[in-house]
Amino acid sequence: MRERWRKALSASIVWLCLLAVLLALVPLALVLFYVVEQGISSLNWAFFTHMPVPHGETGGGMANAIVGSLMVTGIGAIGAIPIGIVAGVYAAEYRGTWLASSTRFAADTLNGVPSIVIGVFAYGIVVLPFHRYSAFAGAFAIGVMMLPLVMRTTEELLLLVPSTLREGALALGATRARAVFTVVVPSALPGIMTGVLLAVARVAGETAPLLFTALNNNFFNTDPRQPISTLTVQVYTYAISPYEDLHRQAWAGALVLVAIVLTCSLMARVATARLERMQRGG
Amino acid sequence: MAYKSRSDDLFFRVGTGVLAFLIIAVVAGIFFELWRVSALSRHAFGWRFWLTDVWDPVSGNFGARPFIWGTLYSSLLALVISTPIALGIAIYISELSPARFQLPLVFVTELLAAIPSIVYGLWAMFVLVPWVRQLELATPDWLRATPFFSGPPFGIGMGAAALILSVMVIPFSSSVAREVLKAVPQSQREGAYALGATRWEAIRMALFYGRTGIVGAVMLGLGRALGETMAVTMVIGNTPLVSLSLYKQQYTMSAVLANEFAEAITPLHINSLVEIGLVLFVITLIINVISRAFIWSLGRQATSKSRAAAPEPVPEAA
Repeated sequence: MRERWRKALSASIVWLCLLAVLLALVPLALVLFYVVEQGISSLNWAFFTHMPVPHGETGGGMANAIVGSLMVTGIGAIGAIPIGIVAGVYAAEYRGTWLASSTRFAADTLNGVPSIVIGVFAYGIVVLPFHRYSAFAGAFAIGVMMLPLVMRTTEELLLLVPSTLREGALALGATRARAVFTVVVPSALPGIMTGVLLAVARVAGETAPLLFTALNNNFFNTDPRQPISTLTVQVYTYAISPYEDLHRQAWAGALVLVAIVLTCSLMARVATARLERMQRGG
Repeated sequence: MAYKSRSDDLFFRVGTGVLAFLIIAVVAGIFFELWRVSALSRHAFGWRFWLTDVWDPVSGNFGARPFIWGTLYSSLLALVISTPIALGIAIYISELSPARFQLPLVFVTELLAAIPSIVYGLWAMFVLVPWVRQLELATPDWLRATPFFSGPPFGIGMGAAALILSVMVIPFSSSVAREVLKAVPQSQREGAYALGATRWEAIRMALFYGRTGIVGAVMLGLGRALGETMAVTMVIGNTPLVSLSLYKQQYTMSAVLANEFAEAITPLHINSLVEIGLVLFVITLIINVISRAFIWSLGRQATSKSRAAAPEPVPEAA
């Protein structure tokens, strides 16, 4: 009797776990379905090439927001990627030192800081001293968010590089800097690039840190010292507006965002699989 | 020659070390910057800031109690919903599923984490909220008499916010819980099976062994929920109110920052908002540090115990 009860309990838990998986897949499927269904009907060429029209009129697009997103994310990435990679090199090279452990700890902490708080930080550092919202301020916030992601990926991937490679370089008389930057880092570069790609994908979808740094702009702007419109902030403003046509465009914007994120994730997954195959083969 | 290579090494070490230190400086900088820019509000209101309900930019009176309540309550509700599901997923992937489903399932849960917050918010606003309203309209009267379900059925409100938050938190806690289960030595499960345990009893042993890590995983999810901004802002109703009801419109710390920061004019208003940011930063910092300590202590325990208990496994000839 007791035996049967224990077996029944075990079986039902197994089913409950499967149910949990399905429960998590339902919202994912629903979100993707609605974004594609609502977005595809609103997505047209004008969305990419036209400027926003005055509220209440139909038509128009998000050309300025797309350029703005590229600029803000691009400037942030240009700043964060080199710093993150070099910091990751330090953490991997001097593993076990006080500074390396502290950096790792700080990066994990920074990774957990809410994005809106990073926005407030960027506001204090960039917006307040210059007395204006700007694309630079948004890029600063985006860069700060990317830093820990790039640093941790770099560190983890460098630790996977076989030590024989470095020893070979050192045995040939290379200095440590030379061994690291010409032998160790290049051999981990495909993996690091994959990590960077994922980091870019993640911060490109951020809205909260841009709300009061890059702000928004109804006009076409390529001056990073001025407020700039971004895809995510534009989706937000359109979503909370009372106009049907803007809601339609918000869905189209969401579809573009999801497409970017999905493409990057898939590319990263394919690249990772290839790397693993190469490592196993070699 | 030796001298040259040493100085070269020193240059390399200092050069990379400075940038590594920069990351520490950023974290410290966030704290000091928020501390500095919130000075006006800290001096004007002191602790009263966190105990009063008035939020009046016109008269310059600020109290943040409803915001901190909304943040804590919505995150707690989200954890109640998400924790069983996240643990179920972690158990299924690491203990139960056939090996060829493991990678696709991991990828799918990662996808759940990759979808931007604003997209979840858009979906919640236009799809989830009407469903929640239907649910609220169908609530029987005896349930509506309880403090948890009182209020008009708007759809928008604490309930909808907690639901979308839980969806967004699930991938974070489940992936850490999965890592934790992976760190539990196989001998634990084998021991349980050897004593005649059923599948669930063996899993329970593994869960018990990894309990600190599991708590860490849940707390990491809590950290995410506390700071989540866009999706919550779009469905919680943005009304400062301290209420237990899932139907009432409320407000969170991150939402008030998102809504008011760009429009704040008076220095006191800006300072008060920054103080909210400061406290949000400190709370998430503490939660994250504790959860990492839990996860880390498990990793140490697992390695030291398995080394002490079992000798090095002899590799079998392939």
